[in-house]
Amino acid sequence: MSRPEDSPPPAGGEGSGNAGSSDDPGKAAAAPPGAAGSGNRSGGGFLAAKLSDPRVREKLLLAVSAPLLALTVAFVLVCLVITATGQNPFHAFEAMFNYGTTDRSQVWILNKAIPYYLAAVAVAIGFRMNLFNIGVDGQYQVAAFFAAVVGGALALGGFVQIPIIILTAMVVGALWAGIAGYLKAVRGVSEVITTIMLNAIAGSLIGYFLKEGRLAERNQNIVHTPDIPESSRFFTIDTGAGLIYGTVVIAIAAGVAYWYLLSRTRFGFDLRAVGVSDSAAEASGVSVKRMVVASMLISGAVAGLVGMPTLLNDTGNFGNNFPSGIGFMGIAIALLGRNHPVGMALAALLWAFLERTGGHLNFIGYYQEIIGVMQGIIVLSVVVSYELVRRWGLRRQQRIVGAELAARARTNDTVEGVA
Amino acid sequence: MRRVSKLAATVAATAALALTASACGSDDSTGSGGSSGGGTGEGAAIAFDVGGRDDASFNEAAARGADKAKNDLGVETYYQTARDDETDADREQRLQQMAEAGYNPVIGVGYLYGPSVERVAQEFPDTTFGVVDAVAEGDNVYSMIFAEHEASYLAGVAAALKSETGKVGFIGGVDTTLINKFQAGYEQGAKDTDPEIEVDVQYLYTDDPKGFTDVAKAKEQANGMLGRDVDVIYTAAGLAGNGSIEEVASAENAWAIGVDSDQAEQPGLAEYKDSILTSAIKGVDVAVFDLISSIDSDDPMSGTGEYGLANDGVWLATSGGHIDDIADELDEAKRRIVEGETEVSDTP
Repeated sequence: MSRPEDSPPPAGGEGSGNAGSSDDPGKAAAAPPGAAGSGNRSGGGFLAAKLSDPRVREKLLLAVSAPLLALTVAFVLVCLVITATGQNPFHAFEAMFNYGTTDRSQVWILNKAIPYYLAAVAVAIGFRMNLFNIGVDGQYQVAAFFAAVVGGALALGGFVQIPIIILTAMVVGALWAGIAGYLKAVRGVSEVITTIMLNAIAGSLIGYFLKEGRLAERNQNIVHTPDIPESSRFFTIDTGAGLIYGTVVIAIAAGVAYWYLLSRTRFGFDLRAVGVSDSAAEASGVSVKRMVVASMLISGAVAGLVGMPTLLNDTGNFGNNFPSGIGFMGIAIALLGRNHPVGMALAALLWAFLERTGGHLNFIGYYQEIIGVMQGIIVLSVVVSYELVRRWGLRRQQRIVGAELAARARTNDTVEGVA
Repeated sequence: MRRVSKLAATVAATAALALTASACGSDDSTGSGGSSGGGTGEGAAIAFDVGGRDDASFNEAAARGADKAKNDLGVETYYQTARDDETDADREQRLQQMAEAGYNPVIGVGYLYGPSVERVAQEFPDTTFGVVDAVAEGDNVYSMIFAEHEASYLAGVAAALKSETGKVGFIGGVDTTLINKFQAGYEQGAKDTDPEIEVDVQYLYTDDPKGFTDVAKAKEQANGMLGRDVDVIYTAAGLAGNGSIEEVASAENAWAIGVDSDQAEQPGLAEYKDSILTSAIKGVDVAVFDLISSIDSDDPMSGTGEYGLANDGVWLATSGGHIDDIADELDEAKRRIVEGETEVSDTP
């Protein structure tokens, strides 16, 4: 539990072989819908046959029991906390549900979830190879800042300028994260330390340049970079209940790219191999140092995208009111979504839902702080339940294998006895 | 200061009443259906900046104004505090929800609310919005801005006169234009009084609103200053400033200067009040009360209210009597500012 790992490899004891096959159990455990989808293609009979296979049933059981346990535990704990404050938890859930599902809320939640998801993907790339990129927070802010500066200085028309802005953000984010990657690979400095320090440096760097007369202009008490021209804003989708940020496309693309990179490419295989055991990966010819630098660069590039929804769809500039702290939110969401592209999307939406409804709870007499408590409880119960289920799965598997071996030994005995 | 047309007032009042009625009808789960009468609908809603209602400083000043409205005018009040790391979207949704719930006026406390107030005010033309420390456009917006640098100038004068070591300190929460005003006035006041004086300027964060809540960091910073022989420390950092005051109180022969509220009178800081020389007060409470009562009397304020030394919008606290002996010098300095002889700069 000290390191968040990808969905536990319940069945595969033999490390590298498990990570190698494209249909590895880790993925099946994390993505029951995907697994069912591939089954459908081959017809219902195949699915039924697959389900009757005890090993598949075993995987499904583990895959379902962890989130179920997490949800139940979180639900019970939240109920207890609200009850302890002398209020009715069920009324709160009802109010949250009713308010959170209104049209306007849905739009708000979706928009809010975009940067969360991007931050989670950035964090997850590191997690998958046991790298703790705590620095997503600094990376996206530095990236968004310089992207805003570049965007504010140019007036080239959207088709040229938007890609330039996004590219600037990705490059700056990658470079900022790359510092930590380089130090880890060459000097062996823990990336936890360097990325945290780089967060602080990022804050000071932005603070230095974000001054009237340097790279920013002043509008009353808010100092911000020059506005990006209207033509270079991202498109929005009008729903009648509010505008959906067009940058949702970027988030979806990042999610798909993340999935493809990790599970369909050689690079992704190497990355996961390093995550499972770097010495084993090294022995099989993977350059761990190169992987560290490469994955930090990619993680940083994705982190660079985190600020884009705000920059290109909302504010149009980077000011001292630019959101901070999304990088840390991303860590919680990556943990909650188990580094899975779909899981993280659900987690990001859940987070946004909680934030949308938290304020509303306050209006009907609940403490809005209860939302922070809920978020904490949910993350903790997810992390703890997955670990518990992983251990339980291991023990269960040992028992089954032991029973099989014992049965086989017994039949062997009888066969020999007859002979 | 007030530019209000009778028509707008009538429209606002009617709309507010209509909102009240619909709010009572549709949303009885709130249990606060009772209208307080007048034009304030469900009552006055205050959206605080980070640090929250009980920061004994900036937010608390706004809350005091609303509390006074509650006591004197019988207006209901509703408070909500910003969490750390909020975005404009969070602030907008807070203001929207307040307006939707039928509160009038809806007041955002802190300059970060400027852009959100401007946007939300367009959506709810019948609700009056207020914003402290920012100027927001809109016919239904009343912006309250303060001459913090003028009060800080007086604080600088007091610091220079009271310092034994010839070194005074300034701690700002975040290095922003707003807090720079406090620094500029303080430095100028100290230097004008004693050209030899050294002013030690520190900011807790360059670009992170945490600077207004990080009590521990302010305490640390004050400790460092005391170690460098600074004996008067003026802290403009909202809630975080409590840490600085606490640290100064633990030292011998050192003075703290409070900010925004009369901090020597704050219950949360009562045990340190003998170390609080004075406070540079921002009349946020006065402004907020004025706005609420203008709605209550169906004559809503709009435009921009500028509060300075001249109209008693900012001043220096005298509680505790620690600056009674230098009252003449302070009065003289105030007179020079009010009459324009001293021009206080708002940038350092």
